[in-house]
Amino acid sequence: MTTATARISRPGHHAAKPTRNARSRERALAWARRAPLLPALIFLIVVTQLPFVVTLIISFLNWNSLSPDKTAFAGLENYATVLTDPDLRQAIFTTILLTVSVVLISLLVGLGLALLLDKKFIGRGLARTLLIAPFLVVPVAAALIWKHALLNPTYGLINGILTWVWSLFGSATAPQLDLLSQAPMMAVIVSLVWQWTPFMMLILLAGLQSRPMDTVEAAQMDGATPWAIFRHLTLPHLRQYLELGGLLGAIYIVQNFDAVFTLTAGGLGTANLPYAIYQTFYFANEYGLASAAGVVVVIGTIIVATFALRTVFSLFKKEAAR
Amino acid sequence: MSTLTPAAPRNTSAGPTALNTGTRKRGKSRMDPTRNNTAAGLAAWLLALLFVAPVLWMILTSFHSETDAATNPPSIAANLTLDAYREFFGQTSGVSPWPSLINSATASILSTVLVLVLAIPAAYALSIRPVKKWTDVMFFFLSTKMMPVVAAILPLYLFARTVGALDNIWFLILMYTSMNLPIAVWMMRSFLAEVPEEMLEAAQIDGAGLLLTLRKIIAPVAMPGIAATALICFIFSWNELLLARVLTGVVAGTAPVFLTGFVSGQGLFLAKVCAAAVVISLPVLFAGFAAQDKLVQGLSLGAVK
Repeated sequence: MTTATARISRPGHHAAKPTRNARSRERALAWARRAPLLPALIFLIVVTQLPFVVTLIISFLNWNSLSPDKTAFAGLENYATVLTDPDLRQAIFTTILLTVSVVLISLLVGLGLALLLDKKFIGRGLARTLLIAPFLVVPVAAALIWKHALLNPTYGLINGILTWVWSLFGSATAPQLDLLSQAPMMAVIVSLVWQWTPFMMLILLAGLQSRPMDTVEAAQMDGATPWAIFRHLTLPHLRQYLELGGLLGAIYIVQNFDAVFTLTAGGLGTANLPYAIYQTFYFANEYGLASAAGVVVVIGTIIVATFALRTVFSLFKKEAAR
Repeated sequence: MSTLTPAAPRNTSAGPTALNTGTRKRGKSRMDPTRNNTAAGLAAWLLALLFVAPVLWMILTSFHSETDAATNPPSIAANLTLDAYREFFGQTSGVSPWPSLINSATASILSTVLVLVLAIPAAYALSIRPVKKWTDVMFFFLSTKMMPVVAAILPLYLFARTVGALDNIWFLILMYTSMNLPIAVWMMRSFLAEVPEEMLEAAQIDGAGLLLTLRKIIAPVAMPGIAATALICFIFSWNELLLARVLTGVVAGTAPVFLTGFVSGQGLFLAKVCAAAVVISLPVLFAGFAAQDKLVQGLSLGAVK
């Protein structure tokens, strides 16, 4: 058995090997192959799948830990509450708005940055390194910095710069922003876009650099405009990278807790589902309701993921076929 | 990037490295490349500075006194002092961040070790000697990552409370292991898949045993990837807040949980917040820059090289 064929893992191939008891030997070989995989697989099933099954069960119970005697089977009552309760409905809407806007904006800005960094200029490596920094600040710390050092209405840097710029022109009445209380959703989006743009930029830059340059050069020879090259050559090539960045970003941002918790504490309509569920079970002790909301998140994620997974799968199949 | 363009030679995959050294071949025929690139360079630098400004401001403010930190307009040229760091490390306030930093280090390092112990053999069984239907197994791993933590956190919390594992760092370590394992398997598989088949075949023909093959052939090729995977898992564990907040308390609380003490304002405390943010972000910044060359491949789960 050669390694080359082993990679493609053709069933029944080992039978070609002359042994007295080919079948049992083949089975032993298959198990020898599976053995290294099992610890990881079993561990993950126990730690992630079992709890979800329990969540599923609890979601059908009327269970508030403050009044345990009243625990009873509730049928679909919790699900009805999730979809009708104004706060939880708002949380569903907030989650979608937050995820879509952060992913789209950071993809767009990341694309712009990647296109710039794809060109040669002085200090390009350093500029790229600096651009990664926002992604490497602990998310809670980043949210704290945005909340206290940048967006604070009295002494935050953004208002400070406004005051400074206006004073340059002799004005003492600079406009002052208060995103945290006037547009809290915007504050959360801005801070998350700041953190996630470097991620998108890295993926798109790698995509740009894998572009086959000969076609681009040929197009340039034929007098194609930069926009035409971007539109017809670069963008189609980048499509799967854009999809990949969007998918991975969405997986993480749907689950975001840190920024909402730190910047606004879920106030003023910024509570997304993770935060609302945390509140529901941790403070309101509504275990059944929190579980139903959790199941709703999973269903939503599965719907998005089945579309998104096709992207990863198409990338992956190409590699698998290698 | 061999994944997406199978026709391209494998060596073109060195994206970020090639970028840093600036040796990538570009077309000579580009019209007026200098003017174009100066403008692009300026724009890139401006944006880079804009993006890094909050980080720089955080660092600068952490070296200011509290009164200089809270001014409008900002006092950029104020005197530098280590007061905020002294304050953060509890020399005046008496609340030491050390236990939470040590908890974070313990949880991140041990969970990363566990992840590697579980993920390396699994990745081996998915790349070098793959099981049947290995793609299905890969997607099972990925699908567990798509399940939001909130969908499983209540049973985990109830279980921990029942068996007395609340506020226990070991329980958190197991949680972080499961959180990072799927990502690590995906990353590691892509790194192990880079081991040239010819070398594995040659080793087999020469009659090299499993251990020798692992040590002499697989390890040298996969080591940078394993290191990058470890660094990325470390970062994710170090950053994690929700699980730590729900499952730990005074004893096992981690650094992000300590940071949440700064969520609501406490008078003049901006310099201290910045110092705290700098100290707690430092390990992540180091780990991230150390893994920089493999960061894209790791974060994209091996799909982009």
